[in-house]
Amino acid sequence: MEKKPKTKMISVFVMGKEHKVPQGLTIMKAMEHAGYRFLRGAGCRAGFCGACGTVYRLKGDYKLHFDLACQTAAEDGMALTQLPFVPANKATYHVRLIKKEGNPILKYYPEVARCVSCNTCTKACPQELEVMDYVQAALKNDIEKAATLSFDCIQCGMCALRCPAEIVQYHVGQLVRRVHGKFVNKSKQLNKRVNEVNKGKFDTDINELMTLKHAKIKDKYSDRDIEALH
Amino acid sequence: MNLAYYPGCTLKNQGLGFETSALAAAQALDIEMKELDRWNCCGTVFSLADEDLMHYLAPMRNFVRVQEEGFDKVVTLCSMCYNTMKRTEQIVKDDPEKLKTINEFMYREEDYRGEVKLFHLLELFRDEIGYEEIKKRVIRPLRGLKVAPYYGCMLTRPKEIGIDDWEEPRIMEDLLSAIDAEVVKDPLRGECCGAYHTVNAKELVTERTRMIVSSAKKRGADCIMLSCPLCEFNLDLRQRDTAKEYTDFVGIPVVYFTQLLALALGLTEDVCRFDLHYIDPYPVLVEKNIIEEGEEVHGKKA
Repeated sequence: MEKKPKTKMISVFVMGKEHKVPQGLTIMKAMEHAGYRFLRGAGCRAGFCGACGTVYRLKGDYKLHFDLACQTAAEDGMALTQLPFVPANKATYHVRLIKKEGNPILKYYPEVARCVSCNTCTKACPQELEVMDYVQAALKNDIEKAATLSFDCIQCGMCALRCPAEIVQYHVGQLVRRVHGKFVNKSKQLNKRVNEVNKGKFDTDINELMTLKHAKIKDKYSDRDIEALH
Repeated sequence: MNLAYYPGCTLKNQGLGFETSALAAAQALDIEMKELDRWNCCGTVFSLADEDLMHYLAPMRNFVRVQEEGFDKVVTLCSMCYNTMKRTEQIVKDDPEKLKTINEFMYREEDYRGEVKLFHLLELFRDEIGYEEIKKRVIRPLRGLKVAPYYGCMLTRPKEIGIDDWEEPRIMEDLLSAIDAEVVKDPLRGECCGAYHTVNAKELVTERTRMIVSSAKKRGADCIMLSCPLCEFNLDLRQRDTAKEYTDFVGIPVVYFTQLLALALGLTEDVCRFDLHYIDPYPVLVEKNIIEEGEEVHGKKA
């Protein structure tokens, strides 16, 4: 009988404690292999939701690294910590009441003006966005640029945790994109769709869905059409 | 002259007219200024602590951007940006250790080589274009308009980076003479406007505004001319609060040097943007026959 090739094991340190895990797992799976169960800090497991922000150091490297636990392979000697939640300040505003005049961003997030351009936020971004540049664009009221640069943000909050000026970049980015949607690039398709929803175009489908059994819904989900990426 | 242009945040927010008038005037004088594709806040307030390298990052990063885009000269208009960036330019030139430390911290950027030279637009007018040349280009002389130049703190101090003599500057006076305006010399032209106290100690600024504006007015000035958006805010908008405090206070308009220059160069008022000031400069410009009465600008009738 052919002997199964032995899986190479590596050492990872979860909150300081050493665990042996098979090589080739993501950080998230490596931690689960070591016995941790994620109640928070895990979502889509596909790199989209931003729930699994993780901080780690590599053996012999003084730098802190930031990534998504579901997207990064565990390496030998890694020191790991999960960040299930970011206690960030979030401004309360009503998009309908936001005015274009002045700088709406500075009104809701005045701390944006404290940015010293250290670029630490950019270094912390697992999406490799130019975070500092979009904060700076917001500061100078360049809504379009700020919205474009922050478009791929998944709201993991790592930028805000690292910022020495206590700016909450990812919430600023969200506000910027809302302002952009309201004033700069009004979406015609959105209005069209809202009208369709209001006129009851999708009511029949939704009502049908609400009566389906769990297994049927699952089937429908796995058979759904997936829009091709551009 | 191949120049990069660094606007600064305020010129994109409250100081819109400062920028539009400056760019139009520069173009009329054949100065080519290309706004940097990427730039960040200048850092606003220059740190007075010796080893506070973190606060030199913002200006340094802007110098890296200038360098990246292939320029070695950059021009700015805001006194505050000029001051913060010029002092950083000097510090990293004089202290290679500091330059090295900052470069190492900004390891994602290319190293700054310390070769960028920052100018204030007023310096370009004086040294590159020359007042004689400006005089030749004047289409609408500001004859009869009495203007008090106001320097504030940032343009001439500290003297190592000042654009002119720190006690007896004349750079704005000479520009005014070139566009045929009458210079009103005011001993308070180098006083501080109160700067950021305007945020949490409004009454302090209101008091300084009363002192500075009244002094210029007493000497016959029709308006005050300056180069700093923060001074503009304090000396212009705070006149509203001064008038509430002192019922006998009568204010005068406060404008940017680029607005008067643009006007003199015959540029249309949609670039001068006098409409953005709190104290309306139109009545005095009409009274002195510089602008015709009834000319409609931005929905306002002069």
